[in-house]
Amino acid sequence: MDVQALLLSVRLAVVVSLSLLVIGLPLAYWLALSRWRWKFLVESVVALPLVLPPTVLGFYVLLAIGARSPLGGAWSRWFGHGLAFTFEGLAIASVLYSLPFAVQPFTAAFSQVDRKLLEASAILGASPWRTFRRVMLPLSIKGIITGIVLSFAHTIGEFGVVVMVGGNIPGVTRTVSIAIYDDVQALNFARANATAVVLFAFSGVVLALVYALNHRVWSVQPEM
Amino acid sequence: MLRVSVRAAQPGGFTLDVDFDADAGTTILFGASGSGKTTVLRAIAGFLRPASGRVTVGDSVLLDTASGINVPVHQRRVGYLGQDLALFPHMTVEQNIAYGLAAVDRAARDVRVREMLERFNIAGLGRRKPAQLSGGEQQRVALARCLATAPRVLLLDEPLSALDHGTQTLIMEDLRAWNRRDPIPIVYVTHSHREAFELGQQILVMEGGRIEARGTPHEVLDAPARFGVANIAGFENVFRADVRAANATEGTMTCVIGGQTEIEVPFSGAAVGDQVHIAVRAGDVMVATERPRNLSARNLLEGEVMSLERRGPMVIARIAAGADLEVHLTPGACQSLQLAQGTRVWVVIKTYSWRVLTSDDEDIRRLF
Repeated sequence: MDVQALLLSVRLAVVVSLSLLVIGLPLAYWLALSRWRWKFLVESVVALPLVLPPTVLGFYVLLAIGARSPLGGAWSRWFGHGLAFTFEGLAIASVLYSLPFAVQPFTAAFSQVDRKLLEASAILGASPWRTFRRVMLPLSIKGIITGIVLSFAHTIGEFGVVVMVGGNIPGVTRTVSIAIYDDVQALNFARANATAVVLFAFSGVVLALVYALNHRVWSVQPEM
Repeated sequence: MLRVSVRAAQPGGFTLDVDFDADAGTTILFGASGSGKTTVLRAIAGFLRPASGRVTVGDSVLLDTASGINVPVHQRRVGYLGQDLALFPHMTVEQNIAYGLAAVDRAARDVRVREMLERFNIAGLGRRKPAQLSGGEQQRVALARCLATAPRVLLLDEPLSALDHGTQTLIMEDLRAWNRRDPIPIVYVTHSHREAFELGQQILVMEGGRIEARGTPHEVLDAPARFGVANIAGFENVFRADVRAANATEGTMTCVIGGQTEIEVPFSGAAVGDQVHIAVRAGDVMVATERPRNLSARNLLEGEVMSLERRGPMVIARIAAGADLEVHLTPGACQSLQLAQGTRVWVVIKTYSWRVLTSDDEDIRRLF
Protein backbone atom coordinates (compact mmCIF):
# COMPACT_ATOMS: atom_id res chain seq x y z
CA MET A 1 0.00 0.00 0.00
CA ASP A 2 1.21 3.47 -0.89
CA VAL A 3 0.90 5.24 2.49
CA GLN A 4 2.47 8.46 1.24
CA ALA A 5 -0.09 8.74 -1.57
CA LEU A 6 -2.94 7.92 0.80
CA LEU A 7 -1.88 10.59 3.29
CA LEU A 8 -1.54 13.12 0.47
CA SER A 9 -5.05 12.32 -0.75
CA VAL A 10 -6.46 12.77 2.75
CA ARG A 11 -4.61 16.07 3.13
CA LEU A 12 -5.96 17.25 -0.22
CA ALA A 13 -9.50 16.17 0.66
CA VAL A 14 -9.37 18.01 4.01
CA VAL A 15 -8.14 21.21 2.35
CA VAL A 16 -10.76 20.94 -0.39
CA SER A 17 -13.65 20.21 2.00
CA LEU A 18 -12.74 23.13 4.25
CA SER A 19 -12.36 25.45 1.24
CA LEU A 20 -15.75 24.34 -0.04
CA LEU A 21 -17.25 25.09 3.36
CA VAL A 22 -15.90 28.64 3.15
CA ILE A 23 -16.84 29.19 -0.51
CA GLY A 24 -19.86 26.90 -0.71
CA LEU A 25 -21.93 28.08 2.26
CA PRO A 26 -22.24 31.73 1.18
CA LEU A 27 -22.75 30.67 -2.44
CA ALA A 28 -25.46 28.18 -1.47
CA TYR A 29 -27.08 30.73 0.85
CA TRP A 30 -27.27 33.16 -2.03
CA LEU A 31 -28.58 30.49 -4.43
CA ALA A 32 -31.26 29.44 -1.94
CA LEU A 33 -32.57 32.94 -1.18
CA SER A 34 -31.87 35.04 -4.25
CA ARG A 35 -34.69 35.89 -6.64
CA TRP A 36 -32.33 37.19 -9.28
CA ARG A 37 -33.60 36.51 -12.78
CA TRP A 38 -30.30 35.11 -14.07
CA LYS A 39 -29.65 32.89 -11.05
CA PHE A 40 -30.02 29.80 -13.24
CA LEU A 41 -26.79 30.74 -15.03
CA VAL A 42 -24.85 30.55 -11.76
CA GLU A 43 -26.57 27.26 -10.95
CA SER A 44 -25.49 25.87 -14.33
CA VAL A 45 -21.88 26.90 -13.80
CA VAL A 46 -21.86 25.28 -10.35
CA ALA A 47 -23.27 22.05 -11.81
CA LEU A 48 -20.89 22.02 -14.79
CA PRO A 49 -18.27 19.69 -13.21
CA LEU A 50 -20.98 17.02 -12.91
CA VAL A 51 -21.18 16.60 -16.69
CA LEU A 52 -17.81 17.88 -17.89
CA PRO A 53 -15.14 15.21 -18.52
CA PRO A 54 -12.50 15.66 -15.78
CA THR A 55 -9.82 15.94 -18.44
CA VAL A 56 -11.60 18.91 -20.02
CA LEU A 57 -11.95 20.64 -16.67
CA GLY A 58 -8.33 19.78 -15.83
CA PHE A 59 -7.12 21.08 -19.19
CA TYR A 60 -8.73 24.48 -18.74
CA VAL A 61 -7.65 24.73 -15.12
CA LEU A 62 -4.11 23.97 -16.28
CA LEU A 63 -4.33 26.82 -18.80
CA ALA A 64 -5.80 29.13 -16.15
CA ILE A 65 -3.07 28.48 -13.60
CA GLY A 66 -0.21 28.37 -16.09
CA ALA A 67 2.59 30.94 -15.76
CA ARG A 68 1.28 32.91 -18.74
CA SER A 69 -2.27 33.30 -17.38
CA PRO A 70 -3.20 36.25 -15.10
CA LEU A 71 -3.84 33.91 -12.12
CA GLY A 72 -0.70 31.83 -12.57
CA GLY A 73 1.39 34.95 -13.23
CA ALA A 74 0.12 36.73 -10.12
CA TRP A 75 0.72 33.60 -8.03
CA SER A 76 4.33 33.39 -9.32
CA ARG A 77 4.98 37.01 -8.42
CA TRP A 78 3.61 36.57 -4.87
CA PHE A 79 4.99 33.13 -3.99
CA GLY A 80 7.98 32.79 -6.27
CA HIS A 81 6.81 29.61 -7.98
CA GLY A 82 4.03 28.66 -10.39
CA LEU A 83 0.79 26.82 -9.62
CA ALA A 84 0.90 24.05 -12.20
CA PHE A 85 2.09 20.69 -10.86
CA THR A 86 1.96 21.89 -7.24
CA PHE A 87 -0.28 20.89 -4.31
CA GLU A 88 -1.90 24.35 -4.31
CA GLY A 89 -2.73 24.11 -8.02
CA LEU A 90 -4.17 20.67 -7.45
CA ALA A 91 -6.27 21.98 -4.54
CA ILE A 92 -7.70 24.80 -6.68
CA ALA A 93 -8.63 22.37 -9.44
CA SER A 94 -10.18 19.94 -6.92
CA VAL A 95 -12.27 22.68 -5.33
CA LEU A 96 -13.75 23.50 -8.73
CA TYR A 97 -14.25 19.84 -9.55
CA SER A 98 -16.06 19.07 -6.26
CA LEU A 99 -18.03 22.33 -6.15
CA PRO A 100 -21.44 20.81 -7.04
CA PHE A 101 -20.99 17.99 -4.52
CA ALA A 102 -20.88 20.56 -1.73
CA VAL A 103 -23.01 23.42 -3.06
CA GLN A 104 -25.98 21.37 -4.22
CA PRO A 105 -26.66 19.65 -0.87
CA PHE A 106 -26.06 22.96 0.94
CA THR A 107 -28.52 24.78 -1.34
CA ALA A 108 -31.14 22.05 -1.01
CA ALA A 109 -30.85 22.17 2.78
CA PHE A 110 -31.10 25.97 2.92
CA SER A 111 -34.09 25.97 0.56
CA GLN A 112 -35.97 23.62 2.87
CA VAL A 113 -35.75 25.97 5.85
CA ASP A 114 -39.12 27.67 6.28
CA ARG A 115 -38.89 31.35 5.24
CA LYS A 116 -41.30 32.18 8.06
CA LEU A 117 -38.61 31.13 10.56
CA LEU A 118 -36.09 33.49 8.97
CA GLU A 119 -38.65 36.30 9.07
CA ALA A 120 -39.44 35.51 12.72
CA SER A 121 -35.74 35.72 13.53
CA ALA A 122 -35.40 39.11 11.83
CA ILE A 123 -38.47 40.59 13.49
CA LEU A 124 -37.08 39.46 16.86
CA GLY A 125 -34.10 41.71 16.19
CA ALA A 126 -31.55 39.20 14.90
CA SER A 127 -29.08 40.49 12.31
CA PRO A 128 -28.83 38.50 9.07
CA TRP A 129 -25.61 36.91 10.37
CA ARG A 130 -27.24 35.83 13.65
CA THR A 131 -30.22 34.47 11.71
CA PHE A 132 -27.80 32.44 9.60
CA ARG A 133 -25.94 31.05 12.63
CA ARG A 134 -28.85 30.39 14.97
CA VAL A 135 -31.65 29.37 12.58
CA MET A 136 -30.40 28.60 9.07
CA LEU A 137 -27.31 26.53 9.99
CA PRO A 138 -28.83 24.34 12.75
CA LEU A 139 -31.86 23.56 10.61
CA SER A 140 -29.74 22.58 7.59
CA ILE A 141 -26.99 20.73 9.42
CA LYS A 142 -27.73 17.40 7.74
CA GLY A 143 -27.40 18.83 4.26
CA ILE A 144 -24.18 20.57 5.23
CA ILE A 145 -22.63 17.38 6.62
CA THR A 146 -23.76 15.51 3.50
CA GLY A 147 -22.09 18.13 1.31
CA ILE A 148 -18.82 17.97 3.24
CA VAL A 149 -18.71 14.17 3.25
CA LEU A 150 -19.50 13.96 -0.47
CA SER A 151 -16.90 16.52 -1.50
CA PHE A 152 -14.31 14.83 0.76
CA ALA A 153 -14.98 11.42 -0.77
CA HIS A 154 -15.14 12.81 -4.28
CA THR A 155 -11.73 14.47 -3.86
CA ILE A 156 -10.14 11.27 -2.51
CA GLY A 157 -11.30 9.41 -5.61
CA GLU A 158 -10.58 11.90 -8.38
CA PHE A 159 -8.22 10.93 -11.16
CA GLY A 160 -8.59 12.82 -14.42
CA VAL A 161 -8.21 16.31 -13.00
CA VAL A 162 -5.17 15.25 -10.96
CA VAL A 163 -3.45 13.77 -13.98
CA MET A 164 -4.02 16.93 -16.01
CA VAL A 165 -3.17 19.51 -13.35
CA GLY A 166 -0.92 17.80 -10.84
CA GLY A 167 1.00 15.22 -12.77
CA ASN A 168 2.61 12.52 -10.72
CA ILE A 169 5.08 13.94 -8.23
CA PRO A 170 5.44 11.72 -5.12
CA GLY A 171 4.49 13.58 -1.93
CA VAL A 172 3.26 16.61 -3.88
CA THR A 173 0.63 15.58 -6.40
CA ARG A 174 0.78 11.78 -6.52
CA THR A 175 -2.62 10.97 -4.98
CA VAL A 176 -3.96 7.55 -4.14
CA SER A 177 -5.83 6.96 -7.42
CA ILE A 178 -2.72 7.88 -9.40
CA ALA A 179 -0.69 5.49 -7.25
CA ILE A 180 -3.08 2.64 -8.05
CA TYR A 181 -2.90 3.45 -11.76
CA ASP A 182 0.91 3.46 -11.65
CA ASP A 183 1.05 0.16 -9.80
CA VAL A 184 -1.20 -1.45 -12.39
CA GLN A 185 0.92 -0.03 -15.21
CA ALA A 186 3.96 -1.54 -13.50
CA LEU A 187 2.08 -4.88 -13.19
CA ASN A 188 2.38 -4.59 -9.39
CA PHE A 189 -1.14 -5.95 -8.82
CA ALA A 190 -0.64 -6.87 -5.15
CA ARG A 191 0.30 -3.31 -4.19
CA ALA A 192 -2.48 -1.84 -6.37
CA ASN A 193 -4.96 -4.17 -4.69
CA ALA A 194 -3.83 -3.23 -1.18
CA THR A 195 -4.49 0.45 -1.90
CA ALA A 196 -7.69 -0.22 -3.82
CA VAL A 197 -9.19 -2.24 -0.95
CA VAL A 198 -8.64 0.65 1.43
CA LEU A 199 -10.37 3.06 -0.98
CA PHE A 200 -13.17 0.58 -1.57
CA ALA A 201 -13.85 0.22 2.14
CA PHE A 202 -13.56 3.96 2.65
CA SER A 203 -16.15 4.70 -0.04
CA GLY A 204 -18.55 2.15 1.43
CA VAL A 205 -18.26 3.64 4.90
CA VAL A 206 -18.73 7.18 3.60
CA LEU A 207 -21.89 6.34 1.65
CA ALA A 208 -23.33 4.40 4.60
CA LEU A 209 -22.65 7.46 6.74
CA VAL A 210 -24.44 9.83 4.37
CA TYR A 211 -27.48 7.58 3.97
CA ALA A 212 -27.70 6.89 7.70
CA LEU A 213 -27.62 10.61 8.35
CA ASN A 214 -30.43 11.28 5.93
CA HIS A 215 -32.52 8.39 7.20
CA ARG A 216 -32.19 9.55 10.79
CA VAL A 217 -30.68 6.29 12.03
CA TRP A 218 -29.14 8.59 14.55
CA SER A 219 -29.40 12.29 14.85
CA VAL A 220 -26.65 14.88 15.06
CA GLN A 221 -29.06 17.31 16.64
CA PRO A 222 -31.65 16.77 19.39
CA GLU A 223 -34.87 15.33 18.00
CA MET A 224 -37.27 18.03 16.95
CA MET B 1 -48.68 56.21 18.31
CA LEU B 2 -48.30 54.36 15.05
CA ARG B 3 -48.86 56.33 11.84
CA VAL B 4 -49.12 54.41 8.61
CA SER B 5 -49.48 55.73 5.10
CA VAL B 6 -48.54 53.34 2.32
CA ARG B 7 -49.24 52.82 -1.35
CA ALA B 8 -48.10 49.71 -3.20
CA ALA B 9 -49.15 47.93 -6.36
CA GLN B 10 -50.10 44.36 -5.53
CA PRO B 11 -49.66 41.26 -7.71
CA GLY B 12 -53.43 40.66 -7.48
CA GLY B 13 -53.99 43.66 -9.72
CA PHE B 14 -55.23 46.04 -7.06
CA THR B 15 -53.39 48.88 -5.42
CA LEU B 16 -52.91 49.04 -1.70
CA ASP B 17 -53.60 52.55 -0.49
CA VAL B 18 -54.09 53.00 3.24
CA ASP B 19 -53.64 55.82 5.68
CA PHE B 20 -54.34 55.48 9.40
CA ASP B 21 -53.18 56.20 12.94
CA ALA B 22 -53.27 53.66 15.74
CA ASP B 23 -53.05 54.71 19.40
CA ALA B 24 -52.18 52.41 22.26
CA GLY B 25 -54.84 49.71 22.41
CA THR B 26 -56.19 47.43 19.73
CA THR B 27 -56.92 48.54 16.19
CA ILE B 28 -58.72 45.88 14.21
CA LEU B 29 -58.00 45.49 10.50
CA PHE B 30 -61.14 43.82 9.26
CA GLY B 31 -62.00 42.54 5.82
CA ALA B 32 -62.41 39.61 3.49
CA SER B 33 -59.34 37.64 2.49
CA GLY B 34 -57.46 39.33 -0.31
CA SER B 35 -58.48 42.81 0.85
CA GLY B 36 -54.87 43.69 1.70
CA LYS B 37 -54.86 43.37 5.50
CA THR B 38 -51.78 41.17 5.68
CA THR B 39 -49.96 43.37 3.18
CA VAL B 40 -50.44 46.35 5.49
CA LEU B 41 -48.88 44.42 8.40
CA ARG B 42 -45.96 43.25 6.25
CA ALA B 43 -45.29 46.81 5.15
CA ILE B 44 -45.21 47.97 8.79
CA ALA B 45 -42.92 45.08 9.75
CA GLY B 46 -40.61 45.86 6.82
CA PHE B 47 -40.99 42.55 4.98
CA LEU B 48 -42.08 44.43 1.90
CA ARG B 49 -41.18 47.86 0.70
CA PRO B 50 -44.12 49.88 -0.60
CA ALA B 51 -43.71 52.05 -3.69
CA SER B 52 -44.33 55.08 -1.57
CA GLY B 53 -45.24 55.68 2.01
CA ARG B 54 -44.30 56.64 5.51
CA VAL B 55 -44.47 54.60 8.70
CA THR B 56 -43.62 56.12 12.07
CA VAL B 57 -43.83 54.93 15.67
CA GLY B 58 -43.79 57.86 18.08
CA ASP B 59 -40.86 60.00 16.93
CA SER B 60 -38.97 57.30 15.10
CA VAL B 61 -39.31 56.88 11.36
CA LEU B 62 -39.37 53.25 10.15
CA LEU B 63 -40.06 54.05 6.52
CA ASP B 64 -40.09 57.22 4.53
CA THR B 65 -39.77 56.68 0.81
CA ALA B 66 -39.61 60.43 0.21
CA SER B 67 -36.33 60.75 2.11
CA GLY B 68 -35.09 57.23 1.34
CA ILE B 69 -35.39 55.88 4.90
CA ASN B 70 -36.14 52.16 5.15
CA VAL B 71 -35.10 50.71 8.50
CA PRO B 72 -34.25 46.98 8.13
CA VAL B 73 -36.67 44.52 9.71
CA HIS B 74 -34.32 43.52 12.52
CA GLN B 75 -33.87 47.11 13.67
CA ARG B 76 -37.55 48.11 13.68
CA ARG B 77 -38.42 46.80 17.17
CA VAL B 78 -41.83 45.74 15.99
CA GLY B 79 -43.58 42.57 17.18
CA TYR B 80 -45.18 40.41 14.49
CA LEU B 81 -47.14 37.23 14.90
CA GLY B 82 -48.87 35.47 12.03
CA GLN B 83 -51.22 32.55 11.76
CA ASP B 84 -48.11 30.52 11.16
CA LEU B 85 -46.42 30.89 14.56
CA ALA B 86 -42.89 30.19 13.28
CA LEU B 87 -41.56 28.88 16.58
CA PHE B 88 -37.99 27.66 16.15
CA PRO B 89 -38.36 23.86 16.10
CA HIS B 90 -34.78 23.17 17.22
CA MET B 91 -35.03 25.30 20.34
CA THR B 92 -36.82 24.78 23.65
CA VAL B 93 -39.62 27.09 24.76
CA GLU B 94 -37.15 28.99 26.95
CA GLN B 95 -34.66 29.37 24.10
CA ASN B 96 -37.43 30.57 21.81
CA ILE B 97 -38.50 33.25 24.27
CA ALA B 98 -34.89 34.26 24.98
CA TYR B 99 -34.10 34.53 21.26
CA GLY B 100 -35.01 38.19 20.94
CA LEU B 101 -33.06 39.12 24.08
CA ALA B 102 -29.55 38.72 22.67
CA ALA B 103 -28.58 42.25 23.70
CA VAL B 104 -29.56 41.66 27.34
CA ASP B 105 -27.05 40.11 29.79
CA ARG B 106 -27.62 36.54 30.86
CA ALA B 107 -29.05 37.13 34.34
CA ALA B 108 -31.55 39.73 33.14
CA ARG B 109 -32.47 37.48 30.26
CA ASP B 110 -33.29 34.56 32.55
CA VAL B 111 -35.44 36.82 34.72
CA ARG B 112 -37.29 38.13 31.69
CA VAL B 113 -37.90 34.65 30.28
CA ARG B 114 -39.29 33.42 33.62
CA GLU B 115 -41.52 36.48 33.85
CA MET B 116 -42.92 35.89 30.33
CA LEU B 117 -43.49 32.19 31.05
CA GLU B 118 -45.56 33.12 34.09
CA ARG B 119 -47.48 35.93 32.47
CA PHE B 120 -48.61 33.69 29.65
CA ASN B 121 -49.35 30.68 31.87
CA ILE B 122 -46.73 28.39 30.37
CA ALA B 123 -44.37 28.21 33.34
CA GLY B 124 -44.09 24.40 33.32
CA LEU B 125 -43.21 24.13 29.63
CA GLY B 126 -39.84 25.91 29.49
CA ARG B 127 -37.78 22.86 28.56
CA ARG B 128 -40.13 21.43 25.94
CA LYS B 129 -39.76 21.69 22.20
CA PRO B 130 -42.57 23.39 20.22
CA ALA B 131 -43.59 20.06 18.66
CA GLN B 132 -44.45 18.77 22.14
CA LEU B 133 -46.99 21.55 22.81
CA SER B 134 -50.71 21.87 22.08
CA GLY B 135 -51.96 24.54 19.67
CA GLY B 136 -52.98 26.87 22.48
CA GLU B 137 -49.64 26.42 24.26
CA GLN B 138 -47.72 27.13 21.06
CA GLN B 139 -49.80 30.28 20.67
CA ARG B 140 -48.87 31.47 24.15
CA VAL B 141 -45.18 30.74 23.57
CA ALA B 142 -45.28 32.69 20.30
CA LEU B 143 -46.95 35.66 22.01
CA ALA B 144 -44.49 35.50 24.92
CA ARG B 145 -41.53 35.35 22.53
CA CYS B 146 -42.88 38.30 20.60
CA LEU B 147 -43.57 40.44 23.68
CA ALA B 148 -40.37 39.53 25.55
CA THR B 149 -38.50 41.94 23.28
CA ALA B 150 -40.74 44.84 24.42
CA PRO B 151 -41.79 45.84 20.90
CA ARG B 152 -43.04 49.37 20.24
CA VAL B 153 -45.92 48.07 18.13
CA LEU B 154 -47.52 44.64 18.01
CA LEU B 155 -48.80 43.28 14.69
CA LEU B 156 -51.07 40.24 14.91
CA ASP B 157 -52.27 38.47 11.77
CA GLU B 158 -55.15 36.18 12.69
CA PRO B 159 -53.05 34.56 15.41
CA LEU B 160 -56.00 32.82 17.04
CA SER B 161 -57.83 31.49 14.02
CA ALA B 162 -56.56 27.92 14.46
CA LEU B 163 -57.81 27.63 18.06
CA ASP B 164 -61.11 26.63 19.64
CA HIS B 165 -63.29 29.41 21.08
CA GLY B 166 -62.52 28.66 24.73
CA THR B 167 -58.76 28.87 24.21
CA GLN B 168 -59.19 31.98 22.04
CA THR B 169 -61.06 33.76 24.82
CA LEU B 170 -58.41 32.87 27.43
CA ILE B 171 -55.58 34.09 25.22
CA MET B 172 -57.45 37.28 24.32
CA GLU B 173 -57.87 37.88 28.06
CA ASP B 174 -54.09 37.44 28.60
CA LEU B 175 -53.39 39.81 25.72
CA ARG B 176 -55.75 42.46 27.09
CA ALA B 177 -54.24 42.16 30.58
CA TRP B 178 -50.75 42.55 29.12
CA ASN B 179 -51.78 45.56 27.04
CA ARG B 180 -53.25 47.32 30.10
CA ARG B 181 -49.82 47.14 31.79
CA ASP B 182 -47.86 47.87 28.66
CA PRO B 183 -49.97 50.15 26.48
CA ILE B 184 -48.62 50.01 22.93
CA PRO B 185 -50.55 50.04 19.65
CA ILE B 186 -51.72 46.60 18.56
CA VAL B 187 -52.81 46.15 14.95
CA TYR B 188 -54.94 43.03 14.81
CA VAL B 189 -55.96 41.46 11.52
CA THR B 190 -59.06 39.30 11.60
CA HIS B 191 -62.21 38.46 9.72
CA SER B 192 -63.97 37.21 12.84
CA HIS B 193 -66.75 39.46 14.20
CA ARG B 194 -66.26 37.99 17.62
CA GLU B 195 -62.59 38.98 17.82
CA ALA B 196 -63.40 42.40 16.39
CA PHE B 197 -66.02 43.10 19.04
CA GLU B 198 -64.06 41.55 21.92
CA LEU B 199 -60.73 43.23 21.27
CA GLY B 200 -61.18 46.30 19.16
CA GLN B 201 -61.30 49.92 20.19
CA GLN B 202 -60.90 51.10 16.63
CA ILE B 203 -61.81 49.14 13.55
CA LEU B 204 -60.66 49.71 9.99
CA VAL B 205 -62.65 47.84 7.38
CA MET B 206 -60.58 47.04 4.30
CA GLU B 207 -61.77 46.22 0.84
CA GLY B 208 -59.78 46.04 -2.38
CA GLY B 209 -56.68 47.50 -0.75
CA ARG B 210 -58.45 50.53 0.74
CA ILE B 211 -59.95 51.42 4.08
CA GLU B 212 -63.69 51.54 3.40
CA ALA B 213 -64.89 52.44 6.88
CA ARG B 214 -63.46 53.27 10.29
CA GLY B 215 -64.76 53.83 13.79
CA THR B 216 -65.61 51.70 16.82
CA PRO B 217 -66.69 48.12 16.06
CA HIS B 218 -70.28 48.97 17.00
CA GLU B 219 -70.44 52.03 14.79
CA VAL B 220 -68.92 50.30 11.81
CA LEU B 221 -70.20 46.75 11.96
CA ASP B 222 -73.67 47.49 13.34
CA ALA B 223 -74.56 50.38 11.09
CA PRO B 224 -72.56 50.01 7.92
CA ALA B 225 -73.07 52.98 5.66
CA ARG B 226 -71.81 51.30 2.51
CA PHE B 227 -72.68 48.10 0.69
CA GLY B 228 -69.21 46.64 0.65
CA VAL B 229 -69.02 46.98 4.39
CA ALA B 230 -72.55 45.63 4.85
CA ASN B 231 -71.61 42.53 2.96
CA ILE B 232 -68.45 41.92 4.95
CA ALA B 233 -70.06 42.89 8.22
CA GLY B 234 -72.52 40.04 7.93
CA PHE B 235 -75.67 41.69 6.63
CA GLU B 236 -76.63 38.68 4.59
CA ASN B 237 -79.80 40.29 3.22
CA VAL B 238 -79.39 43.41 1.12
CA PHE B 239 -82.26 44.66 -1.05
CA ARG B 240 -82.85 47.44 -3.48
CA ALA B 241 -85.90 49.36 -2.29
CA ASP B 242 -88.12 52.27 -3.39
CA VAL B 243 -89.12 54.77 -0.72
CA ARG B 244 -92.94 54.99 -0.76
CA ALA B 245 -93.56 57.04 2.38
CA ALA B 246 -91.30 58.88 4.78
CA ASN B 247 -92.31 59.84 8.30
CA ALA B 248 -89.48 61.90 9.74
CA THR B 249 -91.30 62.71 12.99
CA GLU B 250 -91.82 59.05 13.84
CA GLY B 251 -88.37 58.20 12.53
CA THR B 252 -89.58 55.60 10.06
CA MET B 253 -90.14 55.21 6.36
CA THR B 254 -91.92 52.66 4.23
CA CYS B 255 -90.07 51.01 1.40
CA VAL B 256 -91.10 48.52 -1.24
CA ILE B 257 -88.90 45.61 -2.18
CA GLY B 258 -89.48 43.06 -4.90
CA GLY B 259 -92.17 45.28 -6.50
CA GLN B 260 -94.90 44.84 -3.87
CA THR B 261 -93.64 43.89 -0.43
CA GLU B 262 -93.84 46.83 1.99
CA ILE B 263 -91.15 47.13 4.63
CA GLU B 264 -90.91 49.64 7.46
CA VAL B 265 -87.36 50.79 8.10
CA PRO B 266 -85.72 53.57 10.15
CA PHE B 267 -85.89 57.03 8.57
CA SER B 268 -82.66 57.82 6.75
CA GLY B 269 -83.33 61.25 5.30
CA ALA B 270 -84.33 59.81 1.93
CA ALA B 271 -87.27 61.37 0.07
CA VAL B 272 -90.34 59.64 -1.33
CA GLY B 273 -89.48 58.15 -4.72
CA ASP B 274 -85.78 57.72 -3.88
CA GLN B 275 -84.12 54.41 -4.42
CA VAL B 276 -82.20 53.10 -1.42
CA HIS B 277 -80.73 49.81 -0.25
CA ILE B 278 -81.81 48.18 2.96
CA ALA B 279 -80.07 45.36 4.80
CA VAL B 280 -80.85 42.99 7.65
CA ARG B 281 -78.78 40.32 9.37
CA ALA B 282 -79.93 36.74 8.89
CA GLY B 283 -79.77 36.28 12.67
CA ASP B 284 -82.18 39.21 13.27
CA VAL B 285 -85.05 37.65 11.34
CA MET B 286 -87.66 35.71 13.34
CA VAL B 287 -89.79 32.86 12.01
CA ALA B 288 -93.24 31.69 13.18
CA THR B 289 -95.41 28.89 11.84
CA GLU B 290 -98.66 30.70 12.75
CA ARG B 291 -99.58 34.31 12.20
CA PRO B 292 -98.31 36.08 15.35
CA ARG B 293 -100.68 38.53 17.07
CA ASN B 294 -100.15 41.59 19.22
CA LEU B 295 -96.61 42.06 18.07
CA SER B 296 -94.49 45.21 18.37
CA ALA B 297 -92.50 44.32 15.27
CA ARG B 298 -93.89 46.18 12.25
CA ASN B 299 -92.78 43.88 9.48
CA LEU B 300 -94.75 40.68 9.16
CA LEU B 301 -94.36 38.77 5.91
CA GLU B 302 -95.99 35.53 4.84
CA GLY B 303 -93.76 33.10 3.01
CA GLU B 304 -92.53 29.61 2.36
CA VAL B 305 -89.35 27.74 3.32
CA MET B 306 -87.40 27.08 0.13
CA SER B 307 -84.44 25.24 1.65
CA LEU B 308 -82.80 24.33 4.95
CA GLU B 309 -79.11 23.71 5.32
CA ARG B 310 -77.28 22.69 8.48
CA ARG B 311 -73.94 24.51 8.78
CA GLY B 312 -71.97 23.99 11.98
CA PRO B 313 -74.00 25.13 14.98
CA MET B 314 -76.75 26.76 12.93
CA VAL B 315 -79.34 26.15 10.28
CA ILE B 316 -79.47 28.42 7.26
CA ALA B 317 -83.02 28.76 5.95
CA ARG B 318 -83.95 30.40 2.68
CA ILE B 319 -87.44 31.80 2.80
CA ALA B 320 -89.43 33.29 -0.04
CA ALA B 321 -91.57 36.04 1.52
CA GLY B 322 -92.05 38.63 -1.16
CA ALA B 323 -88.28 38.67 -1.40
CA ASP B 324 -85.75 35.90 -0.83
CA LEU B 325 -84.47 36.10 2.72
CA GLU B 326 -81.60 34.26 4.37
CA VAL B 327 -82.47 33.39 7.97
CA HIS B 328 -80.21 31.84 10.60
CA LEU B 329 -81.85 29.57 13.19
CA THR B 330 -80.65 27.29 15.93
CA PRO B 331 -81.17 23.58 15.21
CA GLY B 332 -83.43 23.45 18.30
CA ALA B 333 -85.70 26.21 16.99
CA CYS B 334 -85.82 24.55 13.61
CA GLN B 335 -86.85 21.26 15.22
CA SER B 336 -89.54 22.63 17.55
CA LEU B 337 -91.16 24.53 14.67
CA GLN B 338 -90.92 21.34 12.57
CA LEU B 339 -89.61 23.36 9.64
CA ALA B 340 -89.15 21.57 6.35
CA GLN B 341 -88.95 22.56 2.74
CA GLY B 342 -92.34 23.96 1.72
CA THR B 343 -93.53 24.85 5.26
CA ARG B 344 -95.73 27.99 5.34
CA VAL B 345 -94.17 30.49 7.71
CA TRP B 346 -94.47 34.06 8.95
CA VAL B 347 -91.33 36.17 8.99
CA VAL B 348 -90.96 38.90 11.61
CA ILE B 349 -88.45 41.75 11.35
CA LYS B 350 -88.29 44.74 13.70
CA THR B 351 -88.07 48.15 12.08
CA TYR B 352 -84.77 48.85 13.82
CA SER B 353 -83.21 45.61 12.65
CA TRP B 354 -83.07 47.14 9.17
CA ARG B 355 -80.19 49.33 8.08
CA VAL B 356 -80.53 51.82 5.27
CA LEU B 357 -77.39 52.07 3.17
CA THR B 358 -76.25 55.06 1.19
CA SER B 359 -75.86 54.35 -2.43
CA ASP B 360 -72.67 53.90 -4.35
CA ASP B 361 -72.77 52.98 -8.00
CA GLU B 362 -69.72 50.77 -8.03
CA ASP B 363 -70.88 48.79 -5.03
CA ILE B 364 -74.35 48.35 -6.47
CA ARG B 365 -72.91 46.89 -9.64
CA ARG B 366 -70.87 44.46 -7.60
CA LEU B 367 -73.81 43.29 -5.53
CA PHE B 368 -76.53 42.94 -8.16
